Amino acid sequence: MKARIHVTLKQGVLDPQGKAISHTLEALGFDGVEKVRQGKFIEIELTETDEKKAGEQVEQMCKKLLANMVIENYDYKLVS
Amino acid sequence: MKASVIVFPASNCDRDVAVALEAVSGKAPAMIWHGDKDVPDCDLIVLPGGFSYGDYLRSGALAAHSPVMRSVIERANAGVPVLGICNGFQVLAESGLLPGVLMRNAGLKFICKDVHLKVERNDTLFASAYKKGSTIKVPVAHHDGNFFADEDTLKMIEDENRVAFRYCNEKGQVSDASNINGSRNNIAGVYDKTGKILGMMPHPERMIAPELGGVEGLPLFRSILDRLH
Repeated sequence: MKARIHVTLKQGVLDPQGKAISHTLEALGFDGVEKVRQGKFIEIELTETDEKKAGEQVEQMCKKLLANMVIENYDYKLVS
Repeated sequence: MKASVIVFPASNCDRDVAVALEAVSGKAPAMIWHGDKDVPDCDLIVLPGGFSYGDYLRSGALAAHSPVMRSVIERANAGVPVLGICNGFQVLAESGLLPGVLMRNAGLKFICKDVHLKVERNDTLFASAYKKGSTIKVPVAHHDGNFFADEDTLKMIEDENRVAFRYCNEKGQVSDASNINGSRNNIAGVYDKTGKILGMMPHPERMIAPELGGVEGLPLFRSILDRLH
């Protein structure tokens, strides 16, 4: 089973990298870019086959290491 | 004074801080490898500047879970003072020993220069040799030094008087103009609740001799020695 995890900055946390990307997109001529937020995508291959157990495992991984809960949120999908 | 300096893969200020500690105490600290499970009995633990584990994921995030950190956290909880400089500060924040987190500098650039700091407190074991409210000049060298905490945490830090140093100008004025990296409330260094754990982005160990540009980092190490002697 695979876990596909997105880690994103919480609302209200400034994202200077997102802002820089937004400026460059504008400079490239892309109109209509209102806001860019940069995050991380992490893919983990798990040996666990039970979806519920895998979900619990991934939750713990996110809370303990993959996301810093001071500034980041996470969400994930399990794919078999 | 028995000090332990934790050495992570890519620490690069570990020897600088060892020199500073030996300069004030006359005794070389023990250098403890990140893979060791135990920090020996000591009076002070230092997490030095540099990098750790490539600073993958987030600066300090992987180091915060290295084998040696369990022992560091245990000893810190038992009251052993801990000083984290630069990457060491990032590790302390990621390990939960200090509040907040160090984000990418607001200007996105690596900043390497001398900066001025306002000494907010001198009633701690790290700052007793400074004058409260004085301005000192020490270097910074970091990419991720932008201190962030949410409103509630920031209020707690301020209410509990836990700010150690703030970025200011040479006259000691704390303003947006002197905020080099976007840190909330210009925070350059912060204490834990007990005042025994200090994390700071600037490098006092690089300002301990006239040949290095000044001696304004030396009182920090003298303060520790005075209290722990």
